[in-house]
Amino acid sequence: MNFDDTPQEAEFRAIARAWISANAPRQYEEELRKSSLGRTVLKNANILEVAKAWQKKKADAGWACLHWPKEYGGRGSSPIERVIWQQEEGPFGQLSRMFIIGHGMCGPTMMAFAREEHKRTYLPPLASGEKVWCQLFSEPAGGSDVAGLRTRAEKDGDDWVINGQKIWTSGAHYSDYGILLTRTDPTVPKHKGLTMFFLDMKSPGVEVRPIKQASGASDFNEVYFTNVRIPDHQRLGEVGDGWNVSLTTLMNERSAIGAAVSTGFPELFEYCSSLMLDDGPAIEDRAVRSKLANWAVKASGLKYTSMRAISALSKGERPGPENSIGKLVAGSMIQDVATYALDLQGAAGVVSGEDGELAGRFQAMLLRAPGTRVEGGTDEIMRNIIAERVLGLPGDIRVDKDVPFNKIPTRGRK
Amino acid sequence: MNFDFSDDQKQLRDQARKFLTEKCSPKAVRIVLDGKAPYDKELWKGLAEMGFLGVAIPEEFGGAGAGHLELCVIAEEMGRANAPVPFSSTVYLAAEALLIAGSDTQKKKWLPAIAEGEAIGTLALFEGKGNPSPKNVKLTAANGVLNGVKKPVADGAIADFAVVAARTGSSGRDNDISLFLVDLKAGGVEVKSLTNLDPTRGQAEITFRDCKAEPLGAAGEGWSILTQVLDRAAVLCAFEQVGGSDRALEMGRDYALDRIAFGRPIGSFQAGKHMLADMYVSATLARSNSYYGAWALSTNAAELPEAAAAARISATQAFQHCAKNNIQVHGGMGFTWEFDCHMYYRRANAMALGLGSLSYWEDQLIDRMRKKNAA
Ligand SMILES: Cc1cc2nc3c(=O)[nH]c(=O)nc-3n(C[C@H](O)[C@H](O)[C@H](O)COP(=O)(O)OP(=O)(O)OC[C@H]3O[C@@H](n4cnc5c(N)ncnc54)[C@H](O)[C@@H]3O)c2cc1C
Repeated sequence: MNFDDTPQEAEFRAIARAWISANAPRQYEEELRKSSLGRTVLKNANILEVAKAWQKKKADAGWACLHWPKEYGGRGSSPIERVIWQQEEGPFGQLSRMFIIGHGMCGPTMMAFAREEHKRTYLPPLASGEKVWCQLFSEPAGGSDVAGLRTRAEKDGDDWVINGQKIWTSGAHYSDYGILLTRTDPTVPKHKGLTMFFLDMKSPGVEVRPIKQASGASDFNEVYFTNVRIPDHQRLGEVGDGWNVSLTTLMNERSAIGAAVSTGFPELFEYCSSLMLDDGPAIEDRAVRSKLANWAVKASGLKYTSMRAISALSKGERPGPENSIGKLVAGSMIQDVATYALDLQGAAGVVSGEDGELAGRFQAMLLRAPGTRVEGGTDEIMRNIIAERVLGLPGDIRVDKDVPFNKIPTRGRK
Repeated sequence: MNFDFSDDQKQLRDQARKFLTEKCSPKAVRIVLDGKAPYDKELWKGLAEMGFLGVAIPEEFGGAGAGHLELCVIAEEMGRANAPVPFSSTVYLAAEALLIAGSDTQKKKWLPAIAEGEAIGTLALFEGKGNPSPKNVKLTAANGVLNGVKKPVADGAIADFAVVAARTGSSGRDNDISLFLVDLKAGGVEVKSLTNLDPTRGQAEITFRDCKAEPLGAAGEGWSILTQVLDRAAVLCAFEQVGGSDRALEMGRDYALDRIAFGRPIGSFQAGKHMLADMYVSATLARSNSYYGAWALSTNAAELPEAAAAARISATQAFQHCAKNNIQVHGGMGFTWEFDCHMYYRRANAMALGLGSLSYWEDQLIDRMRKKNAA
């Protein structure tokens, strides 16, 4: 057991640190440092533009998507180097949240299933942030049950013609490309009739309608497809093999999201360290300390669990279903942490936004948190994955197994 | 970075598991549980022969001199097997106290005896209700003579010697406390066994009446030494708790696959699956916190106090959580004496108290985090 850098790692760290120090957009550092889930705001700049500029700068110097191969816009780095980079990038890493779906899910799926010439064309601008990608999986009739989707793809000459609707598509309103899961055969059991594509979001017939979220923000969208044509060479994987392709995406999604979710604990600890309650400093109150300690060990447990995973990665092991625990634990934790921070504020806790305590930091967290427990797989789905794939318990009993898709009853969002 | 045990250490873990599976079956644990013997003497001898008792004791004092990471992997297996031997009191508490503060003579006298399985040691700290605190030490030492009562003392009834915390001053500060080494087989001590939550690891009341004792470490340094001993033991106990959590989870999982209700294995009901998934989550968080504690312990890092408290809290919670839900998964069977579930439930809840309760360690953790942030 050894946390020290090897000489090569230390050298890499020094080079990364020097480059970041000379090139990062320092004028935003303080705002980024103070931002937390649900509240990344730059007062005097458009965050997407700032993020794109930083990503481009990194890409030009060879620091984008470090673990991707060089020919696709990466650096060919080891998993450990990627972690070192993230440690050194610090608050500026918040800016890459804009690209998490593209870099974490779409890119790896393209790498595994796209044709070589497409990889060389599409991956470098994805890595550099010039082109943004989205993931078009969920539908009104299929979220947890992704394979329940109904968007149709029908072959017409060398093209496929797409009709249907996607929903909850994060970033679709500013995306250039997307990976799209469709149904190509409704007469076979549902997992067998799916096919994956990638497409240009500016294609005729694609309509993106932002949805206002419960938090008040609009990060996700409905996407409608009306006779959208996708050339067959943009198919990812075989016809009918879309489920397998999507599993690759979802596996990557879990480790990308799992590693990125925050717990809210550092924010709460800092807050309690300075907060005065009616009868003294919050941090000296027994009840407060007990709560903090419970969350502290969850936060550190997650941190060291991911370090163990990184160690395993560096020995060449693949990320497994056990990575589901990150989002499962952090998702409800951030919700509880935010609730507690407001409890400590008493009646004033109700005031949100700029008028609120700490400019509404915990209020924003509270309102964003429910989404964290749903996106990328709900708590229940995460527990199923752990129970079935890690502990080896039987799968849920399925009434739709071996039934042709068009014979399964479905009911979507009303 | 390499945040994992080495292949050699993992091999040692396998070796310990194999040995304990053979020599420490639930049946063997039950012989002690049912009260026919205070601990498993055969097993204790075997552990000594395997070199497990002295694994972290330097060679010059009769140990294997391997180190604390090695002790951690063995601790995990001791917990997994629910071993009915005075391992934690002798190896984590008494031996660590000697290693930290013992004179050369004291080390030479006791450490080889521990490694050979010839001496059982313990720490006599508590005096009734309450958590570790200088305030709670009332037993006095004057002119090398102890007077007072300690209870509960883990494995006190079978111990050959004890490290005793005594009051040697009245300033009201931590330096009122000093440590002493007492040969319990010499005069001046009266030992009474106490019934306790986990009979596989006994508890006793020890009365000291004008009992001769030699100082362990410098006078007035007792509390500072004790804090170090408790931190080190917290990490080692955390590994026992991690082993216990894993075993309880495994028992629950196996039963869930086996038992049929409503025409299907109960492990196919989602409520049960999710309960087991949550057990896995807490066991995993505890394991990761404990690994960090192991690293801090083995390198004597400045992070040890914080890491130890985090490992302690996380592992205590995990073991209690897994042990109680293991019974729930087993239904009525789980609540019988005949099934092994209650042995882990007993051990989990006894271990949650032994080094100070959960709320004590929560308080410690926040104190330590504040100090670090202030520094
Ligand atoms: C902020 C946010 C961003 C998102 N971004 C994207 C995106 O970019 N691209 C994309 O494709 N999708 C995205 N999603 C969609 C997301 O993946 C789905 O919302 C999610 O998988 C849940 O599906 P659902 O909404 O249909 O809920 P449902 O599946 O209808 O779930 C409703 C409830 O039923 C429970 N449930 C469902 N099935 C089971 C089961 N088998 N066992 C137990 N309980 C079950 C769920 O846990 C939940 O509590 C996003 C969602 C959110 C909230």
